[in-house]
Amino acid sequence: MTEPLLSVRDLSVSFDTRKGVVEAVRGVSFDLGREKLGIVGESGSGKSQTGRALLRLTAPPGRVAAKTMTFDGIDLLNAPGRQLRDLRGGRISMVMQDPKYSLNPVMTVGRQISEAYRAHAKASKAVAKTKALEMLEAVRIRDPERVYRAYPHEVSGGMGQRIMIAMMLITDPDLLIADEPTSALDVTVQLQVLAILDDLVSQRGMGLIFISHDLNLVASFCDRILVMYGGQVMEELAASELHNAQHPYTRGLLNCLPQIDARHVDLPVLTRDPAWLL
Amino acid sequence: MIDIQDLNVVFSSGADRVHAVKDVTCRIAAGESFGLVGESGSGKSTVLRALCGLATGWGGRVTVDGEALEPTAQRSDAFYKTVQMVFQDPYGSLHPRHTVNRILSEPIAIQGLDKPGSRVEEALEQVGLGHGFRFRFPHQLSGGQRQRVAIARALILKPKILLLDEPTSALDVSVQAEVLNLLMRLREELSLTFVLVSHDLAVVSHICDRIAVMRNGEVVEEVTADALAQGDPSERYTRQLLVASKGYDRAAIDQFEDFG
Repeated sequence: MTEPLLSVRDLSVSFDTRKGVVEAVRGVSFDLGREKLGIVGESGSGKSQTGRALLRLTAPPGRVAAKTMTFDGIDLLNAPGRQLRDLRGGRISMVMQDPKYSLNPVMTVGRQISEAYRAHAKASKAVAKTKALEMLEAVRIRDPERVYRAYPHEVSGGMGQRIMIAMMLITDPDLLIADEPTSALDVTVQLQVLAILDDLVSQRGMGLIFISHDLNLVASFCDRILVMYGGQVMEELAASELHNAQHPYTRGLLNCLPQIDARHVDLPVLTRDPAWLL
Repeated sequence: MIDIQDLNVVFSSGADRVHAVKDVTCRIAAGESFGLVGESGSGKSTVLRALCGLATGWGGRVTVDGEALEPTAQRSDAFYKTVQMVFQDPYGSLHPRHTVNRILSEPIAIQGLDKPGSRVEEALEQVGLGHGFRFRFPHQLSGGQRQRVAIARALILKPKILLLDEPTSALDVSVQAEVLNLLMRLREELSLTFVLVSHDLAVVSHICDRIAVMRNGEVVEEVTADALAQGDPSERYTRQLLVASKGYDRAAIDQFEDFG
Protein backbone atom coordinates (compact mmCIF):
# COMPACT_ATOMS: atom_id res chain seq x y z
CA MET A 1 0.00 0.00 0.00
CA THR A 2 1.25 3.45 -0.85
CA GLU A 3 1.78 6.19 1.68
CA PRO A 4 -1.51 8.03 2.37
CA LEU A 5 -1.79 11.65 1.24
CA LEU A 6 -2.85 12.81 4.66
CA SER A 7 -2.36 11.00 7.92
CA VAL A 8 -3.85 12.18 11.20
CA ARG A 9 -3.36 10.48 14.58
CA ASP A 10 -4.97 11.56 17.83
CA LEU A 11 -5.93 15.04 16.73
CA SER A 12 -7.41 17.18 19.44
CA VAL A 13 -8.55 20.79 19.47
CA SER A 14 -9.27 22.47 22.77
CA PHE A 15 -10.46 25.89 23.80
CA ASP A 16 -9.82 27.50 27.17
CA THR A 17 -12.97 29.21 28.31
CA ARG A 18 -14.03 30.81 31.55
CA LYS A 19 -15.83 27.59 32.45
CA GLY A 20 -12.78 25.43 31.84
CA VAL A 21 -11.31 23.64 28.87
CA VAL A 22 -13.70 22.68 26.09
CA GLU A 23 -12.42 19.85 23.96
CA ALA A 24 -14.02 20.37 20.56
CA VAL A 25 -12.12 17.51 18.92
CA ARG A 26 -10.82 14.53 20.88
CA GLY A 27 -8.51 11.87 19.57
CA VAL A 28 -9.52 11.85 15.91
CA SER A 29 -7.43 9.62 13.64
CA PHE A 30 -7.77 8.91 9.95
CA ASP A 31 -5.85 8.45 6.72
CA LEU A 32 -6.80 9.90 3.40
CA GLY A 33 -5.71 8.81 -0.04
CA ARG A 34 -6.91 10.19 -3.35
CA GLU A 35 -10.53 9.58 -2.47
CA LYS A 36 -13.63 11.31 -1.16
CA LEU A 37 -13.90 11.18 2.59
CA GLY A 38 -17.06 12.47 4.27
CA ILE A 39 -17.12 13.78 7.82
CA VAL A 40 -20.68 13.82 9.16
CA GLY A 41 -22.03 15.05 12.44
CA GLU A 42 -24.52 17.35 14.08
CA SER A 43 -23.69 20.89 15.13
CA GLY A 44 -21.03 20.90 17.82
CA SER A 45 -19.67 17.51 16.84
CA GLY A 46 -16.28 18.98 15.97
CA LYS A 47 -16.42 18.24 12.25
CA SER A 48 -15.60 21.80 11.14
CA GLN A 49 -12.91 22.18 13.79
CA THR A 50 -11.29 19.01 12.44
CA GLY A 51 -11.22 20.53 8.94
CA ARG A 52 -9.81 23.82 10.18
CA ALA A 53 -7.17 22.16 12.33
CA LEU A 54 -5.76 20.40 9.26
CA LEU A 55 -4.85 23.79 7.78
CA ARG A 56 -3.90 25.16 11.20
CA LEU A 57 -6.73 27.67 10.87
CA THR A 58 -8.06 27.09 14.38
CA ALA A 59 -9.00 30.48 15.78
CA PRO A 60 -7.21 31.55 18.95
CA PRO A 61 -7.45 30.69 21.83
CA GLY A 62 -7.93 27.22 20.36
CA ARG A 63 -5.04 24.80 20.70
CA VAL A 64 -4.30 21.95 18.31
CA ALA A 65 -2.42 18.85 19.38
CA ALA A 66 -1.81 15.54 17.65
CA LYS A 67 0.57 12.60 17.65
CA THR A 68 1.06 13.02 13.92
CA MET A 69 -0.53 15.19 11.31
CA THR A 70 1.35 14.82 8.06
CA PHE A 71 0.47 15.80 4.54
CA ASP A 72 2.60 14.18 1.84
CA GLY A 73 5.54 13.91 4.23
CA ILE A 74 5.17 17.45 5.59
CA ASP A 75 4.58 17.74 9.31
CA LEU A 76 1.62 20.12 9.45
CA LEU A 77 1.85 20.55 13.21
CA ASN A 78 5.32 22.04 13.26
CA ALA A 79 5.54 23.53 9.78
CA PRO A 80 6.76 27.14 9.84
CA GLY A 81 4.30 29.87 8.88
CA ARG A 82 5.92 30.40 5.52
CA GLN A 83 5.55 26.79 4.48
CA LEU A 84 1.95 26.76 5.72
CA ARG A 85 1.11 29.80 3.63
CA ASP A 86 2.47 28.03 0.57
CA LEU A 87 0.36 24.98 1.36
CA ARG A 88 -2.85 26.84 2.06
CA GLY A 89 -4.62 27.52 -1.19
CA GLY A 90 -1.68 25.98 -3.04
CA ARG A 91 -1.61 22.28 -2.29
CA ILE A 92 -4.48 22.18 0.20
CA SER A 93 -7.55 24.29 -0.48
CA MET A 94 -10.68 24.89 1.51
CA VAL A 95 -14.20 25.79 0.44
CA MET A 96 -16.45 27.23 3.13
CA GLN A 97 -20.19 27.15 3.51
CA ASP A 98 -21.36 30.54 2.39
CA PRO A 99 -19.88 32.21 -0.71
CA LYS A 100 -21.35 35.51 0.49
CA TYR A 101 -18.82 35.63 3.30
CA SER A 102 -15.85 34.04 1.58
CA LEU A 103 -15.70 36.31 -1.47
CA ASN A 104 -14.39 39.84 -1.20
CA PRO A 105 -17.40 42.09 -1.89
CA VAL A 106 -15.39 45.00 -3.32
CA MET A 107 -13.24 43.04 -5.77
CA THR A 108 -14.41 41.57 -9.05
CA VAL A 109 -14.69 37.80 -9.25
CA GLY A 110 -12.02 37.62 -11.93
CA ARG A 111 -9.48 39.61 -9.95
CA GLN A 112 -9.96 37.35 -6.93
CA ILE A 113 -9.46 34.18 -8.94
CA SER A 114 -6.39 35.53 -10.75
CA GLU A 115 -4.97 36.73 -7.47
CA ALA A 116 -5.33 33.25 -6.00
CA TYR A 117 -3.45 31.84 -8.98
CA ARG A 118 -0.69 34.44 -8.94
CA ALA A 119 -0.14 33.95 -5.21
CA HIS A 120 1.06 30.42 -5.91
CA ALA A 121 2.33 30.37 -9.49
CA LYS A 122 4.77 32.77 -11.08
CA ALA A 123 2.58 33.98 -13.89
CA SER A 124 1.80 37.21 -15.66
CA LYS A 125 -1.57 38.89 -15.27
CA ALA A 126 -2.55 37.87 -18.78
CA VAL A 127 -1.78 34.20 -18.15
CA ALA A 128 -3.65 34.34 -14.85
CA LYS A 129 -6.66 35.78 -16.62
CA THR A 130 -6.70 33.03 -19.23
CA LYS A 131 -6.36 30.42 -16.48
CA ALA A 132 -9.20 32.05 -14.50
CA LEU A 133 -11.49 32.08 -17.53
CA GLU A 134 -10.68 28.42 -18.22
CA MET A 135 -11.46 27.57 -14.63
CA LEU A 136 -14.78 29.44 -14.71
CA GLU A 137 -15.65 27.40 -17.77
CA ALA A 138 -14.63 24.20 -16.00
CA VAL A 139 -17.16 24.89 -13.23
CA ARG A 140 -19.75 25.31 -16.00
CA ILE A 141 -20.38 29.02 -15.83
CA ARG A 142 -22.00 29.88 -19.12
CA ASP A 143 -20.62 33.33 -19.74
CA PRO A 144 -17.16 33.35 -18.10
CA GLU A 145 -16.19 36.77 -19.52
CA ARG A 146 -19.20 38.45 -17.92
CA VAL A 147 -18.78 36.66 -14.59
CA TYR A 148 -15.06 37.52 -14.60
CA ARG A 149 -15.99 41.21 -14.56
CA ALA A 150 -18.88 40.82 -12.09
CA TYR A 151 -18.84 41.63 -8.38
CA PRO A 152 -19.88 38.92 -5.91
CA HIS A 153 -23.26 40.56 -5.17
CA GLU A 154 -24.15 40.30 -8.85
CA VAL A 155 -24.10 36.50 -8.90
CA SER A 156 -26.49 33.95 -7.36
CA GLY A 157 -25.62 31.69 -4.45
CA GLY A 158 -25.09 28.65 -6.63
CA MET A 159 -22.84 30.58 -8.97
CA GLY A 160 -20.96 32.08 -6.01
CA GLN A 161 -20.17 28.63 -4.75
CA ARG A 162 -18.98 27.56 -8.21
CA ILE A 163 -16.73 30.62 -8.25
CA MET A 164 -15.32 29.56 -4.87
CA ILE A 165 -14.63 26.10 -6.24
CA ALA A 166 -12.96 27.60 -9.31
CA MET A 167 -10.77 29.76 -7.09
CA MET A 168 -9.82 26.85 -4.88
CA LEU A 169 -9.02 24.47 -7.74
CA ILE A 170 -7.09 26.88 -9.96
CA THR A 171 -3.84 26.12 -8.13
CA ASP A 172 -4.35 22.41 -8.80
CA PRO A 173 -4.26 21.33 -5.15
CA ASP A 174 -3.75 17.76 -4.00
CA LEU A 175 -6.33 18.03 -1.26
CA LEU A 176 -9.58 19.96 -1.06
CA ILE A 177 -11.39 20.45 2.23
CA ALA A 178 -15.02 21.38 1.63
CA ASP A 179 -16.88 22.50 4.75
CA GLU A 180 -20.62 22.33 4.07
CA PRO A 181 -19.99 23.68 0.57
CA THR A 182 -23.58 23.37 -0.57
CA SER A 183 -25.73 23.72 2.56
CA ALA A 184 -26.84 27.23 1.65
CA LEU A 185 -28.09 26.14 -1.79
CA ASP A 186 -31.34 24.73 -3.16
CA VAL A 187 -31.38 20.95 -3.60
CA THR A 188 -31.04 20.81 -7.37
CA VAL A 189 -28.34 23.49 -7.44
CA GLN A 190 -26.61 21.70 -4.60
CA LEU A 191 -26.41 18.49 -6.60
CA GLN A 192 -25.23 20.29 -9.73
CA VAL A 193 -22.42 21.95 -7.77
CA LEU A 194 -21.48 18.60 -6.25
CA ALA A 195 -21.41 17.00 -9.68
CA ILE A 196 -18.89 19.64 -10.82
CA LEU A 197 -16.80 19.04 -7.72
CA ASP A 198 -17.01 15.29 -8.25
CA ASP A 199 -15.88 15.50 -11.88
CA LEU A 200 -12.98 17.84 -11.13
CA VAL A 201 -11.82 15.80 -8.16
CA SER A 202 -11.77 12.58 -10.15
CA GLN A 203 -10.19 14.16 -13.26
CA ARG A 204 -7.36 15.66 -11.25
CA GLY A 205 -6.97 12.74 -8.86
CA MET A 206 -7.33 14.88 -5.77
CA GLY A 207 -8.23 13.93 -2.23
CA LEU A 208 -11.44 15.45 -0.91
CA ILE A 209 -12.65 15.91 2.64
CA PHE A 210 -16.32 16.69 2.55
CA ILE A 211 -17.78 18.00 5.80
CA SER A 212 -21.55 17.94 6.11
CA HIS A 213 -24.47 17.38 8.45
CA ASP A 214 -26.45 15.56 5.77
CA LEU A 215 -25.89 11.85 6.25
CA ASN A 216 -27.73 10.71 3.13
CA LEU A 217 -26.00 13.22 0.90
CA VAL A 218 -22.56 12.23 2.19
CA ALA A 219 -23.34 8.54 1.84
CA SER A 220 -24.34 8.97 -1.78
CA PHE A 221 -21.45 11.32 -2.62
CA CYS A 222 -18.37 10.05 -0.79
CA ASP A 223 -16.37 6.82 -0.73
CA ARG A 224 -15.83 6.64 3.00
CA ILE A 225 -17.51 8.27 6.00
CA LEU A 226 -16.43 9.31 9.47
CA VAL A 227 -19.35 9.83 11.81
CA MET A 228 -18.51 12.32 14.54
CA TYR A 229 -20.24 13.07 17.80
CA GLY A 230 -19.00 15.12 20.75
CA GLY A 231 -15.60 15.65 19.14
CA GLN A 232 -14.95 11.94 18.65
CA VAL A 233 -15.22 9.58 15.73
CA MET A 234 -18.09 7.23 16.51
CA GLU A 235 -17.72 5.06 13.46
CA GLU A 236 -15.78 4.86 10.24
CA LEU A 237 -17.34 3.00 7.36
CA ALA A 238 -17.54 2.68 3.61
CA ALA A 239 -20.31 4.88 2.20
CA SER A 240 -21.97 1.90 0.57
CA GLU A 241 -22.15 0.20 3.97
CA LEU A 242 -24.00 3.06 5.66
CA HIS A 243 -27.22 1.15 5.86
CA ASN A 244 -25.43 -1.59 7.77
CA ALA A 245 -24.03 0.91 10.27
CA GLN A 246 -23.42 -0.64 13.67
CA HIS A 247 -23.04 2.29 15.99
CA PRO A 248 -26.28 3.33 17.74
CA TYR A 249 -25.53 7.01 17.02
CA THR A 250 -25.27 6.46 13.28
CA ARG A 251 -28.36 4.27 13.35
CA GLY A 252 -30.21 6.91 15.38
CA LEU A 253 -29.28 9.67 12.92
CA LEU A 254 -30.48 7.56 10.01
CA ASN A 255 -33.77 6.62 11.65
CA CYS A 256 -34.80 10.10 12.69
CA LEU A 257 -34.90 11.38 9.09
CA PRO A 258 -38.43 11.72 7.74
CA GLN A 259 -38.96 9.59 4.64
CA ILE A 260 -41.07 10.55 1.67
CA ASP A 261 -42.34 7.01 1.21
CA ALA A 262 -43.06 6.09 4.83
CA ARG A 263 -45.49 8.57 6.26
CA HIS A 264 -47.27 9.60 9.43
CA VAL A 265 -45.44 7.45 11.87
CA ASP A 266 -43.75 8.93 14.88
CA LEU A 267 -40.10 9.44 14.09
CA PRO A 268 -37.76 7.53 16.37
CA VAL A 269 -35.98 10.04 18.58
CA LEU A 270 -32.25 9.78 19.04
CA THR A 271 -31.27 8.93 22.59
CA ARG A 272 -27.69 9.81 23.43
CA ASP A 273 -25.62 7.55 25.59
CA PRO A 274 -22.89 9.29 27.64
CA ALA A 275 -20.89 6.05 27.36
CA TRP A 276 -20.24 6.90 23.68
CA LEU A 277 -17.88 9.63 24.80
CA LEU A 278 -15.32 7.63 26.72
CA MET B 1 -61.03 27.17 6.85
CA ILE B 2 -58.65 29.05 4.59
CA ASP B 3 -59.71 30.11 1.14
CA ILE B 4 -57.19 31.84 -1.07
CA GLN B 5 -58.26 33.01 -4.50
CA ASP B 6 -56.02 34.54 -7.16
CA LEU B 7 -53.51 35.80 -4.66
CA ASN B 8 -50.95 38.12 -6.24
CA VAL B 9 -48.09 39.74 -4.38
CA VAL B 10 -45.89 42.34 -6.04
CA PHE B 11 -42.96 43.98 -4.30
CA SER B 12 -41.83 47.51 -5.26
CA SER B 13 -42.28 48.88 -8.75
CA GLY B 14 -40.44 50.00 -11.85
CA ALA B 15 -37.20 48.19 -12.64
CA ASP B 16 -37.08 46.44 -9.25
CA ARG B 17 -40.60 45.07 -9.54
CA VAL B 18 -40.83 41.50 -8.27
CA HIS B 19 -43.97 39.50 -8.89
CA ALA B 20 -43.44 37.17 -5.94
CA VAL B 21 -46.77 35.33 -5.96
CA LYS B 22 -48.82 34.84 -9.14
CA ASP B 23 -52.49 33.82 -9.10
CA VAL B 24 -52.23 31.34 -6.27
CA THR B 25 -55.53 29.67 -5.43
CA CYS B 26 -55.99 27.08 -2.74
CA ARG B 27 -58.57 25.91 -0.24
CA ILE B 28 -57.63 24.38 3.05
CA ALA B 29 -60.27 22.57 5.08
CA ALA B 30 -60.48 22.60 8.88
CA GLY B 31 -58.19 20.02 10.45
CA GLU B 32 -56.22 19.54 7.27
CA SER B 33 -52.49 19.98 7.03
CA PHE B 34 -51.43 21.65 3.86
CA GLY B 35 -47.87 22.03 2.63
CA LEU B 36 -46.19 24.58 0.39
CA VAL B 37 -42.91 23.36 -1.01
CA GLY B 38 -40.46 25.02 -3.36
CA GLU B 39 -36.94 26.30 -3.80
CA SER B 40 -35.77 29.68 -2.58
CA GLY B 41 -37.56 32.58 -4.23
CA SER B 42 -40.56 30.46 -5.20
CA GLY B 43 -42.91 32.65 -3.15
CA LYS B 44 -43.90 29.98 -0.65
CA SER B 45 -43.16 32.06 2.44
CA THR B 46 -44.75 35.14 0.90
CA VAL B 47 -48.11 33.35 0.75
CA LEU B 48 -47.96 32.84 4.52
CA ARG B 49 -46.79 36.37 5.10
CA ALA B 50 -49.71 37.74 3.06
CA LEU B 51 -52.11 35.69 5.16
CA CYS B 52 -50.93 37.04 8.48
CA GLY B 53 -50.38 40.63 7.36
CA LEU B 54 -46.59 40.68 7.11
CA ALA B 55 -46.76 41.23 3.36
CA THR B 56 -49.18 43.95 2.38
CA GLY B 57 -50.64 45.40 -0.78
CA TRP B 58 -51.54 42.06 -2.31
CA GLY B 59 -54.39 41.42 -4.71
CA GLY B 60 -56.96 38.66 -4.66
CA ARG B 61 -59.45 37.32 -2.14
CA VAL B 62 -58.41 35.65 1.08
CA THR B 63 -60.87 34.35 3.67
CA VAL B 64 -59.78 32.79 6.95
CA ASP B 65 -62.38 31.13 9.18
CA GLY B 66 -65.15 33.13 7.50
CA GLU B 67 -63.36 36.47 7.88
CA ALA B 68 -62.36 38.24 4.65
CA LEU B 69 -58.86 39.72 4.99
CA GLU B 70 -57.68 43.13 3.85
CA PRO B 71 -54.32 43.53 2.10
CA THR B 72 -52.98 45.61 4.98
CA ALA B 73 -51.03 44.84 8.12
CA GLN B 74 -54.21 45.33 10.18
CA ARG B 75 -55.79 42.19 11.58
CA SER B 76 -58.58 41.97 14.16
CA ASP B 77 -57.95 40.61 17.65
CA ALA B 78 -60.11 37.65 16.71
CA PHE B 79 -57.82 36.87 13.77
CA TYR B 80 -54.81 36.41 16.05
CA LYS B 81 -56.84 34.12 18.28
CA THR B 82 -57.53 31.97 15.23
CA VAL B 83 -54.22 32.16 13.40
CA GLN B 84 -50.72 32.00 14.83
CA MET B 85 -47.34 31.65 13.17
CA VAL B 86 -44.08 29.86 13.96
CA PHE B 87 -40.96 31.18 12.25
CA GLN B 88 -37.85 29.49 10.92
CA ASP B 89 -35.16 30.83 13.12
CA PRO B 90 -35.67 30.28 16.85
CA TYR B 91 -32.55 32.39 17.41
CA GLY B 92 -34.11 35.44 15.80
CA SER B 93 -37.77 35.09 16.71
CA LEU B 94 -37.44 35.21 20.51
CA HIS B 95 -36.56 38.44 22.31
CA PRO B 96 -33.09 37.88 23.78
CA ARG B 97 -33.71 39.93 26.91
CA HIS B 98 -37.16 38.60 27.77
CA THR B 99 -37.68 35.49 29.88
CA VAL B 100 -39.76 32.61 28.52
CA ASN B 101 -42.47 33.70 30.94
CA ARG B 102 -42.57 37.23 29.54
CA ILE B 103 -42.48 35.97 25.93
CA LEU B 104 -45.46 33.72 26.58
CA SER B 105 -47.38 36.26 28.66
CA GLU B 106 -47.36 38.98 26.05
CA PRO B 107 -50.08 37.53 23.76
CA ILE B 108 -52.25 36.96 26.88
CA ALA B 109 -51.84 40.58 27.96
CA ILE B 110 -52.62 41.89 24.46
CA GLN B 111 -55.77 39.83 24.26
CA GLY B 112 -56.70 40.74 27.85
CA LEU B 113 -57.16 37.15 28.97
CA ASP B 114 -57.37 36.02 32.58
CA LYS B 115 -55.12 33.68 34.58
CA PRO B 116 -51.86 34.31 32.68
CA GLY B 117 -49.84 32.15 35.08
CA SER B 118 -51.74 28.95 34.54
CA ARG B 119 -51.94 29.54 30.78
CA VAL B 120 -48.16 29.85 30.56
CA GLU B 121 -47.73 26.66 32.60
CA GLU B 122 -50.21 24.83 30.38
CA ALA B 123 -48.53 25.92 27.14
CA LEU B 124 -45.10 24.89 28.42
CA GLU B 125 -46.57 21.54 29.42
CA GLN B 126 -48.04 21.09 25.94
CA VAL B 127 -44.70 21.50 24.21
CA GLY B 128 -42.94 19.19 26.64
CA LEU B 129 -41.00 21.79 28.61
CA GLY B 130 -41.41 21.64 32.39
CA HIS B 131 -41.98 24.74 34.51
CA GLY B 132 -38.23 24.76 35.17
CA PHE B 133 -37.95 26.56 31.83
CA ARG B 134 -40.41 29.31 32.70
CA PHE B 135 -37.95 31.87 34.00
CA ARG B 136 -35.07 31.19 31.66
CA PHE B 137 -33.75 33.48 28.96
CA PRO B 138 -33.50 32.29 25.32
CA HIS B 139 -29.70 32.08 25.50
CA GLN B 140 -30.07 29.47 28.24
CA LEU B 141 -31.99 27.18 25.85
CA SER B 142 -30.88 24.92 23.02
CA GLY B 143 -32.18 25.44 19.47
CA GLY B 144 -34.82 22.73 19.87
CA GLN B 145 -35.99 24.14 23.20
CA ARG B 146 -36.26 27.61 21.67
CA GLN B 147 -38.39 26.29 18.85
CA ARG B 148 -40.61 24.63 21.49
CA VAL B 149 -41.00 28.01 23.20
CA ALA B 150 -41.92 29.57 19.83
CA ILE B 151 -44.55 26.85 19.36
CA ALA B 152 -45.81 27.40 22.91
CA ARG B 153 -46.16 31.11 22.17
CA ALA B 154 -48.22 30.28 19.09
CA LEU B 155 -50.43 27.86 21.04
CA ILE B 156 -51.06 30.05 24.04
CA LEU B 157 -54.07 31.77 22.47
CA LYS B 158 -55.54 28.38 21.55
CA PRO B 159 -55.60 29.08 17.81
CA LYS B 160 -57.30 26.91 15.21
CA ILE B 161 -54.68 27.47 12.55
CA LEU B 162 -50.90 27.31 12.80
CA LEU B 163 -48.79 28.82 10.03
CA LEU B 164 -45.38 27.13 10.08
CA ASP B 165 -42.59 28.76 8.10
CA GLU B 166 -39.67 26.28 7.86
CA PRO B 167 -40.08 25.36 11.52
CA THR B 168 -37.26 22.82 11.59
CA SER B 169 -34.74 23.88 8.98
CA ALA B 170 -32.44 25.59 11.48
CA LEU B 171 -32.30 22.46 13.64
CA ASP B 172 -30.16 19.32 13.66
CA VAL B 173 -31.92 16.25 12.29
CA SER B 174 -32.28 14.57 15.67
CA VAL B 175 -33.89 17.72 17.09
CA GLN B 176 -35.96 18.09 13.92
CA ALA B 177 -37.44 14.64 14.61
CA GLU B 178 -38.48 15.72 18.10
CA VAL B 179 -40.11 18.92 16.86
CA LEU B 180 -41.91 17.13 14.02
CA ASN B 181 -43.25 14.54 16.47
CA LEU B 182 -44.39 17.34 18.76
CA LEU B 183 -46.21 19.10 15.90
CA MET B 184 -47.93 15.87 14.85
CA ARG B 185 -49.06 15.19 18.42
CA LEU B 186 -50.36 18.73 18.94
CA ARG B 187 -52.29 18.64 15.71
CA GLU B 188 -53.97 15.44 16.85
CA GLU B 189 -54.70 16.65 20.39
CA LEU B 190 -55.87 20.17 19.55
CA SER B 191 -57.34 19.40 16.09
CA LEU B 192 -55.31 22.18 14.50
CA THR B 193 -55.16 23.18 10.86
CA PHE B 194 -51.56 23.39 9.61
CA VAL B 195 -50.07 25.34 6.74
CA LEU B 196 -46.44 24.29 6.51
CA VAL B 197 -43.85 25.94 4.30
CA SER B 198 -40.60 24.09 3.66
CA HIS B 199 -37.96 23.44 1.05
CA ASP B 200 -37.60 19.88 2.32
CA LEU B 201 -39.86 17.47 0.47
CA ALA B 202 -39.43 14.77 3.12
CA VAL B 203 -40.50 17.08 5.95
CA VAL B 204 -43.54 18.37 4.06
CA SER B 205 -44.71 14.92 3.06
CA HIS B 206 -44.21 13.67 6.61
CA ILE B 207 -46.50 16.32 8.08
CA CYS B 208 -48.93 17.18 5.30
CA ASP B 209 -51.74 15.43 3.45
CA ARG B 210 -51.85 17.77 0.49
CA ILE B 211 -48.89 19.63 -0.99
CA ALA B 212 -48.68 22.53 -3.42
CA VAL B 213 -45.39 22.69 -5.31
CA MET B 214 -44.36 26.28 -6.09
CA ARG B 215 -41.89 27.71 -8.57
CA ASN B 216 -41.36 31.36 -9.54
CA GLY B 217 -44.45 32.44 -7.62
CA GLU B 218 -46.78 29.98 -9.27
CA VAL B 219 -48.26 26.74 -8.03
CA VAL B 220 -46.86 24.14 -10.42
CA GLU B 221 -49.10 21.39 -9.17
CA GLU B 222 -50.94 20.12 -6.15
CA VAL B 223 -50.19 16.56 -5.11
CA THR B 224 -51.25 14.38 -2.23
CA ALA B 225 -48.49 13.08 0.00
CA ASP B 226 -49.53 9.56 -1.00
CA ALA B 227 -48.96 10.28 -4.67
CA LEU B 228 -45.57 11.69 -3.77
CA ALA B 229 -44.76 8.60 -1.72
CA GLN B 230 -45.53 6.42 -4.74
CA GLY B 231 -43.18 8.64 -6.68
CA ASP B 232 -45.43 9.68 -9.54
CA PRO B 233 -46.17 13.38 -9.49
CA SER B 234 -47.34 14.56 -12.89
CA GLU B 235 -45.11 17.62 -13.38
CA ARG B 236 -41.49 17.21 -14.48
CA TYR B 237 -40.41 19.88 -12.02
CA THR B 238 -41.82 17.96 -9.06
CA ARG B 239 -40.22 14.76 -10.29
CA GLN B 240 -36.88 16.51 -10.48
CA LEU B 241 -37.28 17.79 -6.91
CA LEU B 242 -38.13 14.27 -5.83
CA VAL B 243 -35.02 12.83 -7.48
CA ALA B 244 -32.88 15.58 -5.99
CA SER B 245 -34.16 14.90 -2.48
CA LYS B 246 -33.04 11.28 -2.71
CA GLY B 247 -29.33 12.18 -2.57
CA TYR B 248 -26.39 12.38 -4.96
CA ASP B 249 -26.72 10.43 -8.19
CA ARG B 250 -24.23 11.52 -10.85
CA ALA B 251 -26.25 10.13 -13.77
CA ALA B 252 -29.53 11.72 -12.68
CA ILE B 253 -27.95 15.16 -12.35
CA ASP B 254 -27.09 15.30 -16.05
CA GLN B 255 -30.79 14.92 -16.77
CA PHE B 256 -31.68 17.98 -14.70
CA GLU B 257 -33.47 20.72 -16.56
CA ASP B 258 -33.21 24.38 -15.80
CA PHE B 259 -36.72 25.60 -15.09
CA GLY B 260 -35.55 29.21 -14.76
